[in-house]
Amino acid sequence: MALLSKKERGLILDPLADNNPITIQVLGICSALAITAQLKPSIVMAISVLFVMGVGNVVISLMRNIIPSKIRIIVQLIVVATLVIIVDQVLKAFAYELSKELSVFIGLIITNCIIMGRFEAFALGNGVWRSFLDGIGNAAGYGVILIIVGFFRELLGSGTLFGFAVLGDPVEKTGLYAIGYENNGFMVLPPMALIVVGIIIWVQRSRNKALIEEN
Amino acid sequence: MGLKQKLHTLKEKYKGTKMAPAFNALHTFLYLPNETTHGGTHIKVADDLKRTMNIVIMALVPCLIFGMFNAGYQHYAALDSTLRNAPLENFFTWDNFIMGCWTVLPLVIVSYGVGLLIEFIFAVIKGHEVEEGYLVTGMLVPLIVPVDIPLWMLAVAVAFGVVIGKEVFGGTGMNILNPALTIRAFLFFAYPTWMSGDKVWVHGAVERQKEILAGANVDAISGETILGSYAQNQEVVYSLWDMFWGFIPGSVGETSKLLIIVGAFILIFTKIGSWRIIFSTLVGALVMGLIFNGVVSAGWIGESSKFFGLMNVPFWQHLIIGSILFGAVYMATDPVTASQTNKGKWIYGFLIGFISILIRVFNPAYPEGVFLAILLMNVFAPTIDHYVIQGNIKRRAKRLKVKTA
Repeated sequence: MALLSKKERGLILDPLADNNPITIQVLGICSALAITAQLKPSIVMAISVLFVMGVGNVVISLMRNIIPSKIRIIVQLIVVATLVIIVDQVLKAFAYELSKELSVFIGLIITNCIIMGRFEAFALGNGVWRSFLDGIGNAAGYGVILIIVGFFRELLGSGTLFGFAVLGDPVEKTGLYAIGYENNGFMVLPPMALIVVGIIIWVQRSRNKALIEEN
Repeated sequence: MGLKQKLHTLKEKYKGTKMAPAFNALHTFLYLPNETTHGGTHIKVADDLKRTMNIVIMALVPCLIFGMFNAGYQHYAALDSTLRNAPLENFFTWDNFIMGCWTVLPLVIVSYGVGLLIEFIFAVIKGHEVEEGYLVTGMLVPLIVPVDIPLWMLAVAVAFGVVIGKEVFGGTGMNILNPALTIRAFLFFAYPTWMSGDKVWVHGAVERQKEILAGANVDAISGETILGSYAQNQEVVYSLWDMFWGFIPGSVGETSKLLIIVGAFILIFTKIGSWRIIFSTLVGALVMGLIFNGVVSAGWIGESSKFFGLMNVPFWQHLIIGSILFGAVYMATDPVTASQTNKGKWIYGFLIGFISILIRVFNPAYPEGVFLAILLMNVFAPTIDHYVIQGNIKRRAKRLKVKTA
């Protein structure tokens, strides 16, 4: 007996590739631009969103039959806000430096369109287990893009990964810097995040022609 | 069998294969195709895309050659400042030219090599003909970068500019942004230390700085541009005639205002560059310069202000310092990215000039704002056209109503 049925597996795997919230639905772009200059905050952001979405979808799904539809947005907001505050407080308690670095962007998870989108589109109409899988899948799809973008931006922009100087020391001129290499300052600026996301979208669509929209 | 015939048979041989566009491009780049259209219904014109591009390149060649002399001249004059006392005699020398070839030709080769390679790759992948669009871009790029820019940076920037600035939009004729300026903008934001400051404009200054830091007992070479001096409220050492002839440090090809004006006349005479855009850009720059002069003479800003140096420049001098003239003649007039309507061209050009001087004065971090202003207006050009056309439609509809009523 498989742990997940075929449909359930699709709930997790689709958002990772052909129904990715960032590259296909183009949601959640703002945070993808803001915090991906380095790898570590990207990963922390990905995990935070994973938590908020997994738990949030479950909570909304549990309450789906008792939420009056007129005030469902308010209820959803309260659920997200509660979860985001938990994440924020945990980060402040255990990873203060990182929480300072991410500053308002943890709080802004509330406004992440992916989360509200999944609450509305999925958790309100599906069972607990499936809603959980859907939340995890979409958050993972979001996180994967964040981590890819963060990887390239930190490597090419600062020459480091997780803060370790993998390409050599730019001041002492060791490693790659000895032969004249220099960090690409453009990579650290937000526009370049948009361009990197754009390149990912381009690569993905040229590999899978079915994703290209008709116009 | 001549070269032309050989290329033709080569092209025939590879017809229908994957590499066909590459061979076809080589053939038609050098010669007229063997088979031309026959029959009566075709429009025959002399200025196809290739010829248009070639005329722009011809208009750029004087700037390039002057840039080579200037690269050498700035290098030697920085070592021996007495050369500057008689620039005319010391400028057109073989020493300068050889030094210029040594420093400028690699820029040209890298620009064309990388750019055309990418064009060929895309043509082969997409299976269309190689487009000529890169011919002009490849010539412009070496002219708008500092002479000492490392070649690998130029290569990376060209690859970025051609792919992101042009190919993703669908190639020549479809791009929103001017590819040459996209390349410059990339360089500027990615490697700002190599695109500004007082060292990169003169060949050898960066090397010399390293030697001094390493402890060598030699004089530093300074090659501050005029805008750089003004932005720091320093005395400018070059005379107005130096600026006009172009015996000043700057990007490779933009220093000689005289040759740019010559180029402008070539473009206007052959109807390839729009005189409306060139003229209105200059007007826009002059108006902004006048406004700043007015602010200074009204006494709203004192000498202690960090903007005073640039605001106090007589308004007409803005045209001969920096690269506004080069931008207006060769960059703003790019037919793909500029406005298409005549009224739109006036608005587009005026705003380029206006914003260029605004950035130049108010942003000391970017001593020259021309490329940013042109890129900005490239983005707005379709919007301008849209409103001009809508305006026309409305006016005519009104006229129609009056007539029929």
